[in-house]
Amino acid sequence: MRAARATTAPPRATRRARFLPWAPLLTLAVMLGPVLAGLAGTLAPALGYMPALGGTGLSLAAFDALFAWPGLPRAVALSLGVGFAATALSLVIVTLICAGWAGTRAFGVIERLLSPLLSVPHAAAAFGLAFLIAPSGWITRALSPWATGWGRPPDLLILQDPAGLSLIFGLVTKEVPFLLLMTLAALTQVRPGQSLRVAQALGYARVTGWLKVIFPLVYRQIRLPVYAVLAFSMSVVDVAIILGPNTPPTLAVQVVRWMNDPDLAFRFQAAAGAVLQLGLVLLGLGLWRIMEVTVAALGRVWIASGARGRRGAEQAVRLGALVLGGLAALAVIAGLAGQVVWSFAGLWQFPDFWPDAFTLRNWQRHGPRLAGPVMETLLIAGAATFLALLLTLASLEAEHRHGLRPATRALWLLYLPLIVPQVAFLMGFQTLSIATGVDGGRAAVVLAHLVFVLPYVFLSLSDPWRAWDRRQDTIARALGAGPDRVLWVVRMPMLLRPLLIAAAVGFAVSVGQYLPTLLVGAGRVATLTTEAVALASGGDRRVIGVYALAQTAAAFAPFTLAVLLPRLAWRNRKGMRDG
Amino acid sequence: MIRPILTALTALGLAAPLAAQEVTPDPADWDAVLEAAEGQTVYWHAWAGWNSTNEYIAWVGDTVSERYGVRIEHVKLNDTAEAVSRVIAEKSAGKDEGGAVDLIWINGENFAAMKEQGLFFGPWVEDLPNWQYIDPVGNPGTIVDFTVPTDGLEAPWSQSQVVFYYDTARVDAPPRSIRALGDWLRDNPGRFAYPQPPDFLGTTFLKQALMELAPDPAVLEKPVTEEAYAATTAPLWAYLNEITPNLWRGGAAYPQIGPRLIQLMNDGEIDLAISFNPNEASNAIASFELPDTVRTYVLDGGTISNISFVAIPYNASAKAGAMVVANFLMSPEAQARKADPVVWGSGTVLSMDRLDPEDRARFDAIERGIATLSAEELGTTIPQPPPSWMTRLEEDWTARYGVGQ
Repeated sequence: MRAARATTAPPRATRRARFLPWAPLLTLAVMLGPVLAGLAGTLAPALGYMPALGGTGLSLAAFDALFAWPGLPRAVALSLGVGFAATALSLVIVTLICAGWAGTRAFGVIERLLSPLLSVPHAAAAFGLAFLIAPSGWITRALSPWATGWGRPPDLLILQDPAGLSLIFGLVTKEVPFLLLMTLAALTQVRPGQSLRVAQALGYARVTGWLKVIFPLVYRQIRLPVYAVLAFSMSVVDVAIILGPNTPPTLAVQVVRWMNDPDLAFRFQAAAGAVLQLGLVLLGLGLWRIMEVTVAALGRVWIASGARGRRGAEQAVRLGALVLGGLAALAVIAGLAGQVVWSFAGLWQFPDFWPDAFTLRNWQRHGPRLAGPVMETLLIAGAATFLALLLTLASLEAEHRHGLRPATRALWLLYLPLIVPQVAFLMGFQTLSIATGVDGGRAAVVLAHLVFVLPYVFLSLSDPWRAWDRRQDTIARALGAGPDRVLWVVRMPMLLRPLLIAAAVGFAVSVGQYLPTLLVGAGRVATLTTEAVALASGGDRRVIGVYALAQTAAAFAPFTLAVLLPRLAWRNRKGMRDG
Repeated sequence: MIRPILTALTALGLAAPLAAQEVTPDPADWDAVLEAAEGQTVYWHAWAGWNSTNEYIAWVGDTVSERYGVRIEHVKLNDTAEAVSRVIAEKSAGKDEGGAVDLIWINGENFAAMKEQGLFFGPWVEDLPNWQYIDPVGNPGTIVDFTVPTDGLEAPWSQSQVVFYYDTARVDAPPRSIRALGDWLRDNPGRFAYPQPPDFLGTTFLKQALMELAPDPAVLEKPVTEEAYAATTAPLWAYLNEITPNLWRGGAAYPQIGPRLIQLMNDGEIDLAISFNPNEASNAIASFELPDTVRTYVLDGGTISNISFVAIPYNASAKAGAMVVANFLMSPEAQARKADPVVWGSGTVLSMDRLDPEDRARFDAIERGIATLSAEELGTTIPQPPPSWMTRLEEDWTARYGVGQ
């Protein structure tokens, strides 16, 4: 029987070909299954159904309670305002940096400065920033008391201001590196050099030429990352807790508070709030789309006007972009430096710029306990990233070989896990994972991380992958290479840089996951992030410093590799270095 | 009788669910509990925001592992409600055995909520061998949690009391009553903050103020009623309206958690802070978090006390192990270590006159920290009002001060 089947088994390549067409579907199922099931699990209690808490009927009472909360209008306005301001600012900064400096030596410096910052986990960056800008923070200390005359810090509302300005600042410092990396990945496909030379030959100044010729091409490729940034900024929880206002907080933070309220009846209200948060994000995306259309229409008028750009204004814009980008980078770097100092600090009071004494005690006390969480973090992130790359490559290759054209609507599905706020489906997701018995272990956490890692990996990789010039394929095939050989020998090496960037992004995303790790791991899977956030509630900057630095290092390593490897691999192949 | 049936079921491949469900021994038969506990791993969900607590829990883990073969995994929580959520999620998914939570550090609202939903295993507490050291009559807080009877569902393991601390380098005479605090704030605007309710410590500050300001404090011993609430809290809101503009940041922002006050004090942003741990200041001085000029004091009329418990969820996987841990936590040895300021410095739940002389000597030998008060200095304690008061206060506070004016 066995032998008979073996003799009739199809050759390996054919068998794989049968799997490949299913890869996109499998990828979607892995990503969307938990999200959709989680949403259903959130919607049910929002409508009053949660038998464990005695809710068996259907009612809108939870929404009534939600709308009766006096903080709702402000919380909603905050979420929208912060989301739009942070996204628009980040996009403008990134666009102007690229427009003003792409291809110059300064751009190389900015790129090297900003890209690694992507790996700094949000919470770590936020803590660093908080110590910088607080009235008793490092900046004030640098100026006190000699310049300010302050012996005690001024009672100023800088951090956690009701308008969310410090929250916006914190988000921008983290979103600028993300969008810059996405833009860089897109730029390698757009080949701006040639187009720009044409524009400049026609007399267009650098920034104006870039905005008119390159930006429309680039934006098309980074649109979905921009949407992800918008959705994230509107619903972020950890950064908003550290930097955002609390009277009231943003809607997402309030939903988490209700979820954690000892009075279990608030679970219903939390679910209703989560549903509202989802609606809010959808509304935000709709408004952004309207803005896109408007800007595009205005842009076409501007392009058609033929204005070449004035040199003076150009210089001001270039300088402004450099300063803003530099500030974003500096804020994160100085914040990290502050955490390094804190992790070695003895007593350190206001207005001292340095601690009274440096000590190794903080590291001796907490360092040994890092080993377990570090291993756990690397294992989970490694596994999730590997699976995500595998599924992404299989899907893209299936598209390529079988001519599957993803419908535009199908593409949107990919963004569901990024656009649906975490709070909106994690509640249901937890119930689901328990019901299916997959909770509580490392494997389950890897699967949960995959939901978030996959879209980022896919997002980072699909555009460069699809933008690959198919004529290379035609030539290679004409020279006798099979599809597998083209993939391994031609396409992957050519796309090594986007591949590694995608892997690094995926890794960093996994390292930063807090709520999914906690909920699906049943608290039994301790990663650096879960440990850091738990300890951060104690507020001792020394401990936060130790954990935040370890967490940053875990996310940073893959980015270093993503930058170094292509240079090493192609040190003798100048033409390959750009991707 | 059970064993042959189990064997038969195993043979049929049907016993898996039964085997997973440990046969929980009767707590009264302590030897059986010890036997069942050996080799178990107890997932103890406990708030982990403070280093000293985490290190103490690690020590408990090492000790019970050595002596009883029970391993402890400290599941580090940011908020106890996370563990409560977990048990609820398991219940709604029908996972009535083999749950993820074996032991929870719990009290107050969380306890009341879980008890009401029938989410606890027990009663088991009064069968523990070390229960003999507890005096429920002398210290009713050991069997009544925020006025809710514990009914043997949770074991007391730590006692704390509200204290205030201030920096003697900056403040000469700190206010010794809630009223005096209001006057002090008028002269020192922006130099005091309390965590934002519903943070536990923030709500406790409200209750502490309510105790002093209420026209008839006796009503605070019974669950809240509409008439009692309005009349009792009116002076509190008048007081808060008065002090809020003088709070840190003018009340436009609040610290989110208690330990953040240590940071604000060290940063020189405030001069006076509230704490739920009489030893917190000493401990913070020892770990360089505060200057050694900080001192602790209590209000003249007494301050609220609070007892922490551990409880076992109805679907816990290692109930015997959890009971062994709870029993060890109530031992004179573990309690004395916990009371040592070098370790943690929180109060004991044991009654001194029920201890052997050598056990009492353990407590007498403890050296207090530089900013820690003696038992006499800590003075009178006030019991917690029922959770229903707390819930109403939190709601009202949020509507008045928590959502922007």
